Amino acid sequence: MIKYIFRRLISMVPLLFGITIITFTVIHIAPGKPTDMETQFNPKVSLEARDRIAKLYGLDKPLHVQYADWLRRMARFDFGVSFVDSRPVMKKISERIPVTLGINFVSIILILLIGVPIGISSAVRENTFYDRAMTVFVFIGFAMPTIWLSLILMDLVGVRWGILPVSGLKSLEFERLGLLEKIMDVSRHLVLPVFVSAFAGLAGISRYMRTNMVQVLRQNYIRTARAKGLSEREVIYKHALKNALLPIVTILGLSVPGLIGGSVIFESIFSIPGMGRLFYESVMSRDYPVIMGVLVIGAVLTLLGNLLADVSYAAVDPRIKLE
Amino acid sequence: MPREALTKPGKLITLSISIHRLKTVFFKAVFLFAAFMLLAFSRADYGDTIVVGSIGEPRTLVPILASDSSSGTICGMIFNGLLKYDKDLHLTGDLAESWSVSDDGLEIIFYLRKGVMWHDGEPFTAKDVKFTYERLIDSGIRTPYAGDFIMVKDFQVIDEHTVKVVYGEPFSPGLSSWTMNIMPEHLLKSEDLNNTSFSRMPVGTGPYIFKSWQTGEKIELVSNHDYFEGRPYIGRYIYRVIPDQATLFLELRAEGVDFSSLTPLQFKRQTQSKFFEKNFRKFHYPSFGYTYMGYNLKDPRFRDMRVRQAINYAVDKDEIVRGVLLELGRPATGPFIPESWAYNKDIKPARFDPDRAHQLLKEAGWSDKDGDGILEKDGGKFSFTVITNQGNEQRRMTAEIIQRRLKGVGIDMKIKIIEWSTFVSEFIDKRRFDAVLLGWGLSLDPDMYDIWHSSKTKEGEFNFVGYSNSEVDRLLLEGRRTFDRDERTRVYHRVHEILYEEQPYLFLYVPDSLPIAHRRFKGIEQGIGGIGYNFIKWHVPKDEQKYRR
Repeated sequence: MIKYIFRRLISMVPLLFGITIITFTVIHIAPGKPTDMETQFNPKVSLEARDRIAKLYGLDKPLHVQYADWLRRMARFDFGVSFVDSRPVMKKISERIPVTLGINFVSIILILLIGVPIGISSAVRENTFYDRAMTVFVFIGFAMPTIWLSLILMDLVGVRWGILPVSGLKSLEFERLGLLEKIMDVSRHLVLPVFVSAFAGLAGISRYMRTNMVQVLRQNYIRTARAKGLSEREVIYKHALKNALLPIVTILGLSVPGLIGGSVIFESIFSIPGMGRLFYESVMSRDYPVIMGVLVIGAVLTLLGNLLADVSYAAVDPRIKLE
Repeated sequence: MPREALTKPGKLITLSISIHRLKTVFFKAVFLFAAFMLLAFSRADYGDTIVVGSIGEPRTLVPILASDSSSGTICGMIFNGLLKYDKDLHLTGDLAESWSVSDDGLEIIFYLRKGVMWHDGEPFTAKDVKFTYERLIDSGIRTPYAGDFIMVKDFQVIDEHTVKVVYGEPFSPGLSSWTMNIMPEHLLKSEDLNNTSFSRMPVGTGPYIFKSWQTGEKIELVSNHDYFEGRPYIGRYIYRVIPDQATLFLELRAEGVDFSSLTPLQFKRQTQSKFFEKNFRKFHYPSFGYTYMGYNLKDPRFRDMRVRQAINYAVDKDEIVRGVLLELGRPATGPFIPESWAYNKDIKPARFDPDRAHQLLKEAGWSDKDGDGILEKDGGKFSFTVITNQGNEQRRMTAEIIQRRLKGVGIDMKIKIIEWSTFVSEFIDKRRFDAVLLGWGLSLDPDMYDIWHSSKTKEGEFNFVGYSNSEVDRLLLEGRRTFDRDERTRVYHRVHEILYEEQPYLFLYVPDSLPIAHRRFKGIEQGIGGIGYNFIKWHVPKDEQKYRR
């Protein structure tokens, strides 16, 4: 197993190398330049000034030289500094990660806590009214535009009832609150965003769960278990669930990169300073170092997530051996 | 209470008492009453916080690098220039107490205010001005503002509080360039401005002191009790970043934001409720900018002035102002702010007249021979594409209205919307367009050399429509070389006239700025240039204060 993991890690290096070459090339040949945003079509900004700025960013060099420069810095784990505000890319990313990670983590837990039981109960009552109603319910969450749902909730809960803050992450007086109040404050701000993101994600997990469960329940060993005279409770939760959960483990492994991915839409609507907004803003302003930083971290996490999925699958399913 | 506010009514009282004639008893009473009223109303309380909501977040707070409006707003609270614009848009002293321009227009001497302190307690001197100037012209620094300052031939520090600026040739826009915010030498002399922690921890001389910045959330400033124009009444200024317009509106509604700007739709339709009437005050006044449709003048169809004039007759600008701006704006006739002295008020906008448009197009050789409703000339149909940038609803709607009107005179216009950065570098800079729908933000000095001079047509320069007129070229140079207001007025009025006659742009409209402020803020006065100029006098009566600390 250790050997397997080690081999997989080694093979990730050329893969990662390839990914960076492709992304670097694509974002640089995409139309637009970082200087377009900076100078915002201001008649007081002369052409010379724009060229000068481009030169100071090193954008006048040929692409392969720029890539080599970038790679050289990367080898020292230096992601460079942002074109937009000259702050280190790592710093910009690391101050955004906790929020996005926190929200996604809480919402995944919520999705599991609600989605898995929905899936199980739907499978057990396959093709009943309950099953269909649940299907409709989770698909409403999946299909409903995040923007619309968020705005409705903000208007209702935040403005009309005034029981939760409309947007943001902390109140204005946050610094002066005690620790407990601070936790309460942030939690209050996160209720709506977590709810919206969990509601949208419910469909995926609950449908996977349902499908797996339905298949497992048709297996011979379930019939055997029932024939043995085990209670339905034991059949479902002891024999069926264990097997039906296996693919969910894989899905969780694959959702690791998504944990830091964030969403532009709901982060913008709730004005939460997360990764989604950072990435979107850096793309719009062609902030190459930040774009590359986010993509590289995303790529590494995707590769690690795949590995994690494989490894954990083997760990929970004794039938699978990794060589 | 500020000293100023007390002395003025006091004088009125002594004056009224010194009048002893019987007849004036009534007036005396009126005077006394007025004096009391003045006293009562001029009593402003310190304290409270203003929460400003904005879609954008500043990029940097190094003033000479700041080019976006959010950065400009915050820098304006923290820093001062040598000069500033007053209520009536006249240049007045800021860090400079006064200034003088030599007769030949080559030298400007600034006499700096004495006793001004940086927020860290160091005195402000001529050294800081020199430092800021040197950084502005330093080619290693990513400042977009070097253009006006490389015209300076020599910069001399005469003494601690006097500086002399010498230009190679008279350069009148240079004066307004000294509204540039001045930076502290003692903190920055050994810093690399492109990469300094100062950009997120600025120290200035202005009415507010920087306190903290939580990226993507808010910036917090506190009032400068020792500000040279007097301590600002509002104790705290919080700039909240709320990237979504709808959320920003809901935050206003929930009173989580005190000050923001509205869209025309929000102004006219969504803020008419009792709640907004009671709790907010709305303002509207012309913004410093205009929207236009520029033609690619290399295109043979648009090279013919009659075609451009015909389009001017065919498009109803009032209709656009009604439909797009909901009447919160006005038709534009030229490249100046309507309030500016440079704006030629004698120019009357052409009325909407499709018949006249038809006639002009006919004179230019365009006619509908095959009867499909589209004009032809030399076998080619009159069909062109206008491009505009993504994310600007007003421009998209404007384009659609123009499209419909042009169809009415037999011109087929297609609309293409392109993401901003691509739009600029692939289409504008490279001249790959038939026509373009865009807006210009204007500075307060009317100099427009970079937009209209025939030499400014290289890739990336701003005369991208390729306009060339030798009289305009000459006038633009003349306008830069004289400081005489009458002379400059004559020059720019003539430029305005020529541009309207020749129609290199179809001038469309000047939209209004639409700020909204919570009612508890008193003392907001609207000048020609808007409401921000007396911010330090805004105040909230004690019993209405919301944030106490």
